[in-house]
Amino acid sequence: MAFENLVAGAICGFAKLLTGVRAVWRGSKPEERQRVYFANHRSHGDFVLIWASLPPPLRRITRPVAGADYWLATPLQRYIGANVFRGVLIDRATKASKGTNPLAQMCGALAQGDSLIIFPEGTRNLEDGLLPFKSGIYHLAHAHPEVEYIPVWIENVGRVMPKGAIVPVPLLCTLTFGAPVQIVSGEDKQAFLNRAREALSALAPAEE
Amino acid sequence: MSVKETLLLTLGAVFAVLVVASSIGLYLRLRLSAGSSSATIDNLNIRIKAWWWMIGLLGGALWLGKWAMILLFAFISFQCLREFVSLTYTRRGDHQALVWSFFIFLPLQYVLIAIDWYGLFSILIPVYAFLLLPIWEALSSDTTRFLERAAKVQWGLMVCVYCLSHVPALLTLDIPGYGDRVLLLVVFLVLIVQSSDVFQYVWGKLFGKHKISVTISPSKTVEGLIGGVVTSTVAGAALWQLTPFAPWQAALIALCINMFGFFGGFVLSAIKRDRGVKDWGTMIEGHGGMLDRVDSISFSAPIFFHIVRYWWVP
Repeated sequence: MAFENLVAGAICGFAKLLTGVRAVWRGSKPEERQRVYFANHRSHGDFVLIWASLPPPLRRITRPVAGADYWLATPLQRYIGANVFRGVLIDRATKASKGTNPLAQMCGALAQGDSLIIFPEGTRNLEDGLLPFKSGIYHLAHAHPEVEYIPVWIENVGRVMPKGAIVPVPLLCTLTFGAPVQIVSGEDKQAFLNRAREALSALAPAEE
Repeated sequence: MSVKETLLLTLGAVFAVLVVASSIGLYLRLRLSAGSSSATIDNLNIRIKAWWWMIGLLGGALWLGKWAMILLFAFISFQCLREFVSLTYTRRGDHQALVWSFFIFLPLQYVLIAIDWYGLFSILIPVYAFLLLPIWEALSSDTTRFLERAAKVQWGLMVCVYCLSHVPALLTLDIPGYGDRVLLLVVFLVLIVQSSDVFQYVWGKLFGKHKISVTISPSKTVEGLIGGVVTSTVAGAALWQLTPFAPWQAALIALCINMFGFFGGFVLSAIKRDRGVKDWGTMIEGHGGMLDRVDSISFSAPIFFHIVRYWWVP
């Protein structure tokens, strides 16, 4: 585990150097509580930056939820995804048909006391703004209402390393952590998803 | 006196001024009654603290010579460009152009200074980058806000790389009878322009009443501008011995680069207001980003370079 921590530290250090990432906590504080961080998704580097912006004690209990098709593709990706970042790897291709239920995987991690990083858009968004949220975050919030759901707006990461690019551009990135969004008893699925999505959009800088 | 001795003397004088400034800052803070605090005085002290290491860094680079100066300004350009592009709207189709700006044009511009190839140095960005960057952007087939995006990348390169690179480029000028004292032209330029910024801030804080443009900058006043430019022009004339200029020439040149320096800050403030931000970044505590500190240098350096090159280099 010590070596994995070293690798994780090196990757975070490189990401910080490349992006000059700055964390702005607006409405929440970096506290050691069980949380689900939900963020907009533009690049594979997204969760690394969220992870890197957390204080080290929080990093150890926070696990990214990511697609198994990408993170199990090669031994190196498998090592980084599964061992270094302890990712909760979701099989997107064969969902429902096999026994591995993504929701059960995430709930399992929460039951162990870990925090999660999720991207409720479900895929990397190449356009401006936010895609509609997938329903996973609702089911999660329904099953674990005691956990804090923190919106995190990631600005510029998608421009540093857009989908398909080989060379990153060293832009400065900002992460804005917002106030927790909690499910209200009796709130229906669409209402909660809309509310969570608006809470995330509200953290984005005003676009011209 | 040798160049190194003059440099040491000048830097010593600047550090003496900083000691005085730090003492005044400390006095102002202690004079406040216990428990109370003033945002203006805190900001003043943070700014002075940042000056210590900024002047230390520049002084060190000057001491080490041409290569250190080139590396320092390449780094400053890099930091400014990333601040500029970070606040600029770009799309997926601009990625290739940005990669070229950061990793080809920026280093190449400084390499050309290092090998003293003036002919290409002066046209690399205005000609080659100007034409090549929009070609890559057009090849991505994304026409959304195309002209605006192409223009912004170009502007970023001009302000952050092309203009700023004229500071170390001063070291390539061959002025008869002046020799390696050309290093002192950098001292003259930076000292005049930055002291003008400081004097404008001080005069503005003490006597500022009439704002030049409320929409562009709430802190720039007519009193600050006049006081700052006059003070710093007098300072320029007083420093004539550093330069190959006569005192009246030094004053005139100082006035000219002060005016361009002022408008550099003014124009870049207009861009910041358009983007709805106060500072370009957070790198230098109390000052904002790197580009906030060098905006005035960016506009005055090419003008100063060409004044000297036209009249003093045969």
